[in-house]
Amino acid sequence: MRIAVAMSGGVDSSVAAALLVEQGHEVIGLSMQLYDQTGHQPFGSCCTLDDLHDARRVAATLGVPHYILNFERQFTETVIANFVDEYASGRTPIPCSHCNSDLKFSTLLERARGLGAESVATGHYARVAQASDGRWVLTRSCDKGKDQSYFLFSLTQGQLARAVFPVGTLTKPAVRAEAARLGLAVADKADSQEICFVPDGDYATFVEARAPSVRAGVIVDQRGEQLATHAGVHRFTVGQRKGLGIAAPAPLYVLTIDADSGRVTVGPRSALDRAALTVSGVNWISRDGLEEWSPAAVQIRHRHQPASGRVRSMHGGRAEFEFDEPQAAVTPGQAAVFYDGDVVLGGGWIE
Amino acid sequence: MHRIYLDHNATTPPSAAVVDRLTAVLKEEFGNPSSIHHFGQRAKAVLDEARTDVAALLGAEPSEIVFTGGGTEGDNLAIRGVAEALEPSGRRHLVASSIEHEAVLNTFKALARRGWRTTLLPLDESGIVSPDGLRSALDDETALVSIMHANNEIGTIQPIIELARIAKERRAVFHTDAVQSAGKVPLDVKALGVDLLTVSAHKFYGPKGVGAMWIRRGVRLQPALTGGKQERGRRAGTENPAGIAGMGVAAREARASMAEEGARLAALRDRLETLILARVTGTARNGAREPRVPNTTNISFDRTEAESLLIALDLEGIAVSTGSACSSGTLEPSHVLKAMGLSAHRTQNSIRFSLGAATTEAHIDRVVSVLPGIVDKLRSLTRTVVRA
Repeated sequence: MRIAVAMSGGVDSSVAAALLVEQGHEVIGLSMQLYDQTGHQPFGSCCTLDDLHDARRVAATLGVPHYILNFERQFTETVIANFVDEYASGRTPIPCSHCNSDLKFSTLLERARGLGAESVATGHYARVAQASDGRWVLTRSCDKGKDQSYFLFSLTQGQLARAVFPVGTLTKPAVRAEAARLGLAVADKADSQEICFVPDGDYATFVEARAPSVRAGVIVDQRGEQLATHAGVHRFTVGQRKGLGIAAPAPLYVLTIDADSGRVTVGPRSALDRAALTVSGVNWISRDGLEEWSPAAVQIRHRHQPASGRVRSMHGGRAEFEFDEPQAAVTPGQAAVFYDGDVVLGGGWIE
Repeated sequence: MHRIYLDHNATTPPSAAVVDRLTAVLKEEFGNPSSIHHFGQRAKAVLDEARTDVAALLGAEPSEIVFTGGGTEGDNLAIRGVAEALEPSGRRHLVASSIEHEAVLNTFKALARRGWRTTLLPLDESGIVSPDGLRSALDDETALVSIMHANNEIGTIQPIIELARIAKERRAVFHTDAVQSAGKVPLDVKALGVDLLTVSAHKFYGPKGVGAMWIRRGVRLQPALTGGKQERGRRAGTENPAGIAGMGVAAREARASMAEEGARLAALRDRLETLILARVTGTARNGAREPRVPNTTNISFDRTEAESLLIALDLEGIAVSTGSACSSGTLEPSHVLKAMGLSAHRTQNSIRFSLGAATTEAHIDRVVSVLPGIVDKLRSLTRTVVRA
C-alpha cells in the first residue's frame, strides 16, 4: 500500500516512516513548510529549514522519495488565525489539535490521496483501529507518558480511517532505540517543545503583531474592585498565577476573562474549582453521542491527569461533563477529551 | 522504474565525451594554469583549447571569453561590473525585463538598495519584451540594459538585435543572459550587437560550476572578485581546467549537433504540447509559440496544484518542474507568468517540460498517456470531503 508519511524531521515521524518501509509499504515522505523560511528572524521550532533538512536525510537513508509541500498559506489561514483569534477572545487555544484536523489530516491528506496514497502516517503517540461495528476508534498510546490522543480528538471518522500511527504501540525509548538501530541521524534529536511557531514562548508579542486591536482593560477582584490595568486579555489564561503584577497577601489566580469588556477577574485558588464543564464543537469518535449520563474520564489539558465523572451530549454539537471532584482551571479554548479507559469517546472545546 | 527526464532547462546530464575529457584533465593536467613551468603550460593549453571551442559556439574571439563559476556568477559580474565601472560617470540607472532569472532580478534589488535606480520592463502574455517599452524606459543615465536571450520558464526568445540597437542609441551597455539559449539555438555575439553575454556549461551537457562570459573588447568592467590576474584580470582565482575543458567539449558537441537536434526536439516538443492541450481539459500554453527555444513548453493546468502534479509525475517516473528550479519550494506564483499578466490560476498551476538529448517519442507518448489520469485524480480530490 502506498502511504504518505508526514515527516517533521523529528525522531517519531522518522521512525514511523522507517517502520512502514520495513513492513513493505511504498512510503512517500512529505514535509510541510509552514512559514517563510527566507526571513532572517528565527521563527518556528518545528518544520524549520533544519527540520526539513533532517527529514530529507532520513528519507534518503530509507530510500524513499521526499517532497516538501508549501502550506504557508493554509497554516496561516487556519492554525495561526485561530490561535490569534482565540487569544484575542480571552481563550487559550491548542493549535496542535487544529494542525492535526485542519492541516495534516485534511490538506495534507488530500494532497497525499492525489498522489495515490491511501493514508497519511504521522509520528503521533496514539493508536487507531477499526472496531467490529466498523467505527474507527482512537486509543491512547502504549507510552502513557507520551500519549498524544488528546491532540487528535477532533479527527473525524473519515480522517481516522486514513490515519496511521506506526509508533503508537511503542514507548519513546523504544522509538529512539529503533532510530539508532536503523542508523537514522535524528536518533538523539531533542523533542520539540512549546508551540512550534512561537519558539520563544512569547505568545503575547506574537498575538499583538497579528491582532493589533487586542483589548486592554482592568484586573478586578471577585467583588468587582479594580486592582490593576492590563495591556490585553490575550496575556491571560484561566488558572494563571504568575505575571499578574499585583501584590496581594495570598496568591491570586485568573478566574475569568471577559474579552468584550476587557475585564480579567482574579481570586484565590479555591475559586478556580469547577464542578462541571461544557464544550462546543464536539467530535464523537467511538460512538455517535451519549444521550444518557455515562461514566467517563475527562482530560482538560495536555498534561492533565484525567478526572472521573459523567458525560452526556447536548444539542447543537455540545456536551457537558460533571466531575466527581471539582477541578481547578477549566480553561476556555482548551480541549476537553472524554475517555473510557484508554479509548477516546470524543471531545470538544471548553466554553 | 524507467525514468523520463524532462527538466533539461534545470540541468542536463553531461555527455560521455564531456565526462571523459573532464576526468582525463583531472587525472593528467593538475597544473596551475598560471604557473610558468611545464605543468602550468599544459593546464593553460587546456584552457586555451576550451576557450576556442566556447568562442566558436558564440561567434566570438577566444580572447573575449572569460570563464566563470556559472550563470549566476556571470550575471552578477556583468551587472555589478558594469554598474560599478560606470558609477563615476553618473550613469546610475539599470534596466531589465521583469522575466529575468533571479540572478539578474536579485542583483538589481541589491544595487537598488545601494542607490541605483532600476526599471523592470513589463511584458504582455506573449512573454516577449516590447522594443518600444525599452525605448521609453531609457534615459541619459541608463548604464546597463540586461535582457535575457531566452526565458528559462517559457522558452520565448527576445528580439535581442533590436533591443541592443535601441540601448546602443542611448549609449547604454547591453548584457544578455543567454544561459537558456547557448547550445539550443545559434548565437552570434556580433550579429546580436550586445556587449556582454552570459552562458553556463551545465545547461548544454557540460559540468556544473562552470560558465563563461563574452565581453566585448573595450567594455569597462569592475571585477567582482579581488585577487590574482587570471582571465585577463576579469575573474580572479585559480581556474578550473577540468570543468572548463568539459565545457569546451560540450560547446563543440552542441555546435555540431544543434541544427539537427533542434529540429528533432522542436518536433517532439510540439507533439507533447499539442497532445496535452488536446487531451487534458483546462490547459493552456504560456507564452508565444514562436520564437521559442525548441525544447521548452510551459503549460497551465486549471484547478490542479502544480506542486502536486509535479510530485505525482515524479512518482510515475517523470521529472518536470514548476517555474524555475530556484524558486521551487517557495510556491510563489511564477514571477515570469505573473509579469506576463496571467491570472492566478495560470501562474500557480503551470508546469514546464524541457526536453533534451535523451528524449524520445516514446517518452512523450508515455507522458501524454499518464497525464490525463493524474490530472483528473488531482482535480477530483481537491477540496473533497475528508471530514465525515
